[in-house]
Amino acid sequence: MFGRKSFRGGVHPPEHKHLTQNKPIVTLPTPLRVVIPLSQHTGSPCRAIVAVGDEVNEGQKIGESTGFVSAPVHASIAGTVVAVESRPHPVLAFPVPSVVIESKPDATAATAAWTKNIDWRTLTAESIKDKIKEAGIVGMGGAAFPTHVKLSPPPGKTIRALLVNGAECEPYLTTDHRLMLERSDEILEGVLILLKALDIKTAVIGIEKNKTDAADLLREKIRRKEAAGEIAGDESVRVATLKVKYPQGAEKQLIKALLGREVPSGGLPFEVGVVVQNVGTAFAVYEAVVKDKPLIERVVTVSGDAVAEPANVLVRIGTSFRDLLAFAGGVTGSDGAAAAGVEVPGAEAQGVEVSSAKTAGPAEGAAPAEKPRAGYKMIMGGPMMGLAQYTLDAPVIKGTSGFLVLKQGDTKPSVACVKCGACVDRCPAGLMPYQLGNLSERNDFAACAEFNVKDCMECGVCSFVCPSARPLVHLIKYAKLNLAKQKK
Amino acid sequence: MNVLQIFGSMGAAVLILGVLGLLFAVLLLFAFRKLAVKTDPRLELVLADLPGSNCGACGFPGCRGLAEKIVEDTSYATACLAGGQATAQKLAKTLGISLEAPDDKIAFVACRAGRDIAKMKYDYRGLDNCQAAHLFFGGDKACQEGCLGLGSCVQVCPFDAVHITEQGVALVDPEKCRSCEKCVKACPRALISMQPKSQSVLVACANRDRGRQAKDVCGIACTACKICEKNCPEKAIVVTDNLAVIDPATCTQCGVCVEKCPQKSIIRLSLATAKLETRRREPEAVVKNCCSL
Repeated sequence: MFGRKSFRGGVHPPEHKHLTQNKPIVTLPTPLRVVIPLSQHTGSPCRAIVAVGDEVNEGQKIGESTGFVSAPVHASIAGTVVAVESRPHPVLAFPVPSVVIESKPDATAATAAWTKNIDWRTLTAESIKDKIKEAGIVGMGGAAFPTHVKLSPPPGKTIRALLVNGAECEPYLTTDHRLMLERSDEILEGVLILLKALDIKTAVIGIEKNKTDAADLLREKIRRKEAAGEIAGDESVRVATLKVKYPQGAEKQLIKALLGREVPSGGLPFEVGVVVQNVGTAFAVYEAVVKDKPLIERVVTVSGDAVAEPANVLVRIGTSFRDLLAFAGGVTGSDGAAAAGVEVPGAEAQGVEVSSAKTAGPAEGAAPAEKPRAGYKMIMGGPMMGLAQYTLDAPVIKGTSGFLVLKQGDTKPSVACVKCGACVDRCPAGLMPYQLGNLSERNDFAACAEFNVKDCMECGVCSFVCPSARPLVHLIKYAKLNLAKQKK
Repeated sequence: MNVLQIFGSMGAAVLILGVLGLLFAVLLLFAFRKLAVKTDPRLELVLADLPGSNCGACGFPGCRGLAEKIVEDTSYATACLAGGQATAQKLAKTLGISLEAPDDKIAFVACRAGRDIAKMKYDYRGLDNCQAAHLFFGGDKACQEGCLGLGSCVQVCPFDAVHITEQGVALVDPEKCRSCEKCVKACPRALISMQPKSQSVLVACANRDRGRQAKDVCGIACTACKICEKNCPEKAIVVTDNLAVIDPATCTQCGVCVEKCPQKSIIRLSLATAKLETRRREPEAVVKNCCSL
């Protein structure tokens, strides 16, 4: 029934997944110091409920959510709160209030075991949702939208299916792939828990064709579970193979590919009776419900052509990118030798419109001559939608799916739009990016709104294909910012 | 057909058209009188007094829009920011009213730290637009208050009064500035303020960090050391929220603060030349572009 379906538009950037796709998940030694931002999700920021000097345990709640669309944050290590102050954040423009926790070097034994094994089948849907909310679980795909909100459809909307997103279409990233291979039982349990929380019977796991090993493994596990009666007779969990195409893992595109339904402009998946959750979220849900373990760690792909030893790392939330990069062997020097440790001489983030960090094509080349020491670009997330970073002091947050360090090439200078229509052909949202860019450049934001700029999910396909190297996503973000300002 | 016949038919045509023309003329005259839109006779006079650049800085749709408002309510006679004092006086004369004379103001960019002096966070490659650059971790300047120098203010200035200097900061030409305040609104860092035209001693910094923190991001940042506050003979400078603030009402522009400021954050703006007094510092004080990786 489910063939290799897909959606309209999209591109196929070089995958670069071979760097990490066969590397098992390794655990980063518990860091001695974590910086946990109180705003790690889409929605209202948390309020700190600890003060400087407080002793905290691993998994203890340190930030209380302040609204419905919010998720609490928890201490990811045991230790002492040494500061509650503004620190650099990997996503937000300005430093945000964060809780800094330090542990003593000899306190490694304090690591919690999380050995509980609660039978979730005895729990009600409401208590499952409560547990998910209390554990601070957010969408692990990158957008970090609080999961309990997604599990609470507005009244009047009937949910018919749960889609589990294992597409992982971003180049370089292999966190979901490794999770599906190494934690398949937990993920399937998580999916069943989510089905119970939503009170529905159908789940479809969408996996791109380049991860057949994960798809086969999950199919096998589903068969075994069905045989063992763990999946009830009226429940249906299936694995569907998807075409390898970016952005296959985008929520609306996934729904279109798997169910053929289109989410209306400005609407949410609820509108078409669907809830989409990432496989990483399903795993986190399993841990929260069965082990009572809040979201204090996640798998991050550390990769890129400038990373000495690319890896998939299980890392505590709040660990600095510096520690993460050091664990991955640091940055390969420009002379080819691996730089020891993390004190990378002169590596500099290029704060450029995100998707110009193309994985191939004309963007690559030598570093600018006037700054011979600059030559690296750091990205949190994937190269298409991720955000360029300027400091290694920023921490891993709940939405960090990857951390890439790429050798920075020359950026092709942006020239005028030639109206070739390449972006219009490829835009998965069916927009006219060239038009939005041109209007935004002329500060005509009202016209941008008429051309549905708000339906843009900033996937970066337009910037990727543009032969004039126009910073289309940057222009669109700029238009959105100004429209938001006008609304105020 | 003889000549008479030809003239006869021509005559009929002329007669008919002539009568029709006369009829329409009477109709138009009637319509002109009866349906005339009553306008204030002063409108055209007021419009003639306005600069006619249609900059829109007053908030009305062009000069005509303002003129209509002025004849309705004469208190708007001072609303033309582009024309300033001269236009206001002309209008007062036309309308036969008296005006209080407010001091003319000009825009002032409170940052002089070019890319050679200020520390940069990263190498920005993106839109040449301060607001767009501001999206990326607040722009490439390490100082969260410094001028990004990408020219959002230059773009909006209707009078060609703002330029980006070679050092990469915005500079207002006091001669050309007509105080329309468009640049004030365009700056994402709220760095541009309106200062009295007569005030030439100004604090060219907006950094609200203290001491070391301020010095770390910029070689000429105000460190809130309070030397200016202590030395000012008129007590016109107060360090508020870690930034020196001059009160133009009490300042005599003696220039003691300009000399005493160890960071050279306080400057004397030269109106005559409108040239940037480049604040070149000793090399060791210049913070190099550093990496944070």
